[in-house]
Amino acid sequence: MSSNTGRMTAKQRLAIERQKMPERSPDERAKDFNEVNLGFTAELAKLEATRCLQCKKPTCMDGCPVGVDIKKFLELVEDGDFLAAAALMRQTNSLPALTGRVCPQEIQCEAECVRGVKGEPVAVGHLERFIADYERAASEPVNVEVAPPTNKKVAIVGSGPAGLTAAADLARMGHDLTVFEAFHAPGGVLVYGIPEFRLPKKIVAAEIENLKKLGVKIELNTIIGRTYTLDELFENGFKAIFVANGAGLPVFLGVPGENHKGVYSANEYLTRVNLMGAYNFPNCDTPIMRGRQVAVMGGGNVAMDSVRTAKRLGAEKATIVYRRSEREMPARIEEVHHARDEGIIFEMLTNPIRILGDENGWVCGMECLHMELGEPDESGRRRPVPIEGSNFTMDTDVVVVAVGARANPLLSGATPDLKINKWGYIEVDENLQTSIPGVFAGGDIVRGSATVILAMGDGRQAAQSIDNYLKDG
Amino acid sequence: MVGHEIVEKQVLAPDVVSIRLRAPQIARVRKPGQFIILRISEGGERLPLTIADADPSAGTIRLIVQAVGKTTGQLASLEPGQAIRDVVGPLGRPTHLDSFGHAVCIGGGVGTAVVYPIAKALAELGNKVTAIIGGRTKDYVLLEQELSRFAQRVIPTTDDGSYGQKGFVTAALKDVLDSSPEPPVKAIYAVGPVPMMKAVSELTRPYGIYTVVSLNPIMVDGTGMCGGCRVTVDGQTRFACVDGPEFDGHLVDFDELTDRLTTYRQAEARAVQRYENHTCKLKDES
Ligand SMILES: Cc1cc2nc3c(=O)[nH]c(=O)nc-3n(C[C@H](O)[C@H](O)[C@H](O)COP(=O)(O)OP(=O)(O)OC[C@H]3O[C@@H](n4cnc5c(N)ncnc54)[C@H](O)[C@@H]3O)c2cc1C
Ligand SMILES: Cc1cc2nc3c(=O)[nH]c(=O)nc-3n(C[C@H](O)[C@H](O)[C@H](O)COP(=O)(O)OP(=O)(O)OC[C@H]3O[C@@H](n4cnc5c(N)ncnc54)[C@H](O)[C@@H]3O)c2cc1C
Ligand code: SF4
Ligand code: SF4
Ligand code: FES
Repeated sequence: MSSNTGRMTAKQRLAIERQKMPERSPDERAKDFNEVNLGFTAELAKLEATRCLQCKKPTCMDGCPVGVDIKKFLELVEDGDFLAAAALMRQTNSLPALTGRVCPQEIQCEAECVRGVKGEPVAVGHLERFIADYERAASEPVNVEVAPPTNKKVAIVGSGPAGLTAAADLARMGHDLTVFEAFHAPGGVLVYGIPEFRLPKKIVAAEIENLKKLGVKIELNTIIGRTYTLDELFENGFKAIFVANGAGLPVFLGVPGENHKGVYSANEYLTRVNLMGAYNFPNCDTPIMRGRQVAVMGGGNVAMDSVRTAKRLGAEKATIVYRRSEREMPARIEEVHHARDEGIIFEMLTNPIRILGDENGWVCGMECLHMELGEPDESGRRRPVPIEGSNFTMDTDVVVVAVGARANPLLSGATPDLKINKWGYIEVDENLQTSIPGVFAGGDIVRGSATVILAMGDGRQAAQSIDNYLKDG
Repeated sequence: MVGHEIVEKQVLAPDVVSIRLRAPQIARVRKPGQFIILRISEGGERLPLTIADADPSAGTIRLIVQAVGKTTGQLASLEPGQAIRDVVGPLGRPTHLDSFGHAVCIGGGVGTAVVYPIAKALAELGNKVTAIIGGRTKDYVLLEQELSRFAQRVIPTTDDGSYGQKGFVTAALKDVLDSSPEPPVKAIYAVGPVPMMKAVSELTRPYGIYTVVSLNPIMVDGTGMCGGCRVTVDGQTRFACVDGPEFDGHLVDFDELTDRLTTYRQAEARAVQRYENHTCKLKDES
């Protein structure tokens, strides 16, 4: 089937339009938690890959934080050599099934694709997802080489994308790996934050299984800083530690009425639904308030996930309330489109100043102000300024606050020698080593709320640094 | 065995049980005032419970639980040899302990289980400890004998007068404070239903005595990640699972806590009903 390789002219390639990702209809999908996107078929994948011009200077690669060899990858997909494409991918990106689904491609790889200058970029993300799913479905798992055992124990704190990536790399280097996870299930934000309809849990589970096959031990229900301190890990024979405990501290609005019943942080809302299975109450024991009119504060992925979850829990009206305009929303563009198709309402340039409660302490509304955009702020985005006298009330019976996260102080608080910056994030050097020798850190706890791929990139770099450290030590 | 084996069980009152379960690392490092969160089985709820006691050499912790709902009811029905799938801890800040001279420890109902390790630790520090333990009826006066091993005085009270002093723990506390005890009372630890902790705090406010309460808001993770356990203390939002669970009773907004605790009342009633009708199959994915 590789007959077209090299033979197609640039002009012919240019004539092919971007293939649409097959998805379930909004009506159907907004009623359940199954995945929205259905994935490319092999034909669609090859056709889409054929759109790549195989540029001499593949600018797309500058847009990828981990430097995936996109050009070569697309060539292999075009040739139908999917397993080779998967193997190539895994050289730089160990979790393509995830990144293909959750990377903000429109500001990363696809943003730099020349085809995007006039028209639409090559759908790198969709193809990444395709080959990962293809590989998983192919019966023979790709055999990864594992170096002979070094008998050196390494501890990983946190089983999010940073921790999982570091664990996989270090295990392949022959080290003896243990991942400590606070929750009763591994995966970090991938399991308790990002919902099933965007990232099926079985994909995360498959990656965890791969880790176990590499001999990685996972200790659940273990909080470093409580169950064990970092010092105790060293006393127990660990030679190096990678701290990847995520950001994990909810930010509230700080407006009156925020403690009324029915006001959730997005972390709590999503954890109840995703990790604890509250959508399945009372078959699962954890309850959640199912509002009829749910208002979600914020414009990022977390807000989008929350509002679409609310819809799936049966809300008649699920609304995004964001203080800037749609242009400034940091969410993945695909999620915004999906949300819109599912009937999510967008109240832009709106900021709540008070949450109203009824006589029994339940949320019943929000007092808001309309905003307008002023001068650009430090983030380069135009600053929202309140329009005086524009107060209005919005009816709502559940409010979800998704306006960001900060550094959780639990571990750093229990580790006085660990240097943190003024926002509480862990300070690291260029090798991701912290102020404590042998302790490395990466992911959201270093960067602030970032992305899955950046966390994975840190995991990979930390693995290299730890390997070097263990060789020297 | 997957999880943590129950090695001993004792029925303390009609719906209150004491269980010891295997959790060696937690037993080794826990301090008075700290708690664990457990999940009985797959699909279960995360349930916070105070570590009432621990035996590091045996590798066990003791929990005292009152069956008030589905999960606590299910827990109370487990027998030795059975296991609890997930136990995480120790959580929360340890109790602020000091040599106060004389401390009063007040337990209301199952709150006595929470105040018990604190009383024990205070006594070990050389404090004179007076314990006031209240219950609705005689059956709910818990741990009297165990407390009397180290407390100078244990005053039981019951709402209905079926045992000890008739009335609320606050009346007994007032008597103690007004009797000008020697050494004078410098600290009060009160754990029990929210109205009780509020009443104790109101009572001690004019005396200006340091009063500690242990709050029991609804929790999910127990690590400061979700904010579900937020309480207002001195006008500030605090997370009980990491900033507490103990706070200065004179600064706590008890009314807000009372209100937030009712969030899932209706939902829970549904869960209990289903559980009791045995229509609910616990789903086990493992
Ligand atoms: C709802 C939501 C949607 C998102 N959507 C996207 C998206 O579409 N695309 C994207 O790129 N990014 C997205 N992100 C951001 C992305 O998920 C994070 O940047 C990424 O997960 C960070 O990875 P991490 O490994 O640093 O930490 P985390 O994924 O946060 O994992 C940290 C883990 O450490 C555990 N832990 C914490 N403290 C301790 C301790 N003391 N001891 C032991 N374990 C501990 C935690 O329980 C957790 O499992 C989203 C985030 C959220 C919340
Ligand atoms: C830090 C901490 C330590 C605790 N220690 C103990 C302990 O040592 N022993 C013990 O028996 N209980 C303790 N509790 C309370 C215990 O966690 C609750 O009783 C439990 O969550 C109720 O769960 P359930 O599913 O059985 O009942 P549910 O069905 O969830 O609730 C039944 C009824 O109890 C009320 N309720 C729910 N949660 C709480 C709560 N947290 N506190 C008070 N009332 C509640 C509800 O409003 C409802 O009316 C503690 C709670 C916290 C936060
Ligand atoms: S990892 Fe993310 S940024 Fe890199 S190529 Fe894949 S989708 Fe694009
Ligand atoms: S920039 Fe676009 S067209 Fe060029 S190699 Fe990369 S993906 Fe292909
Ligand atoms: S229980 Fe989630 S922050 Fe306290």
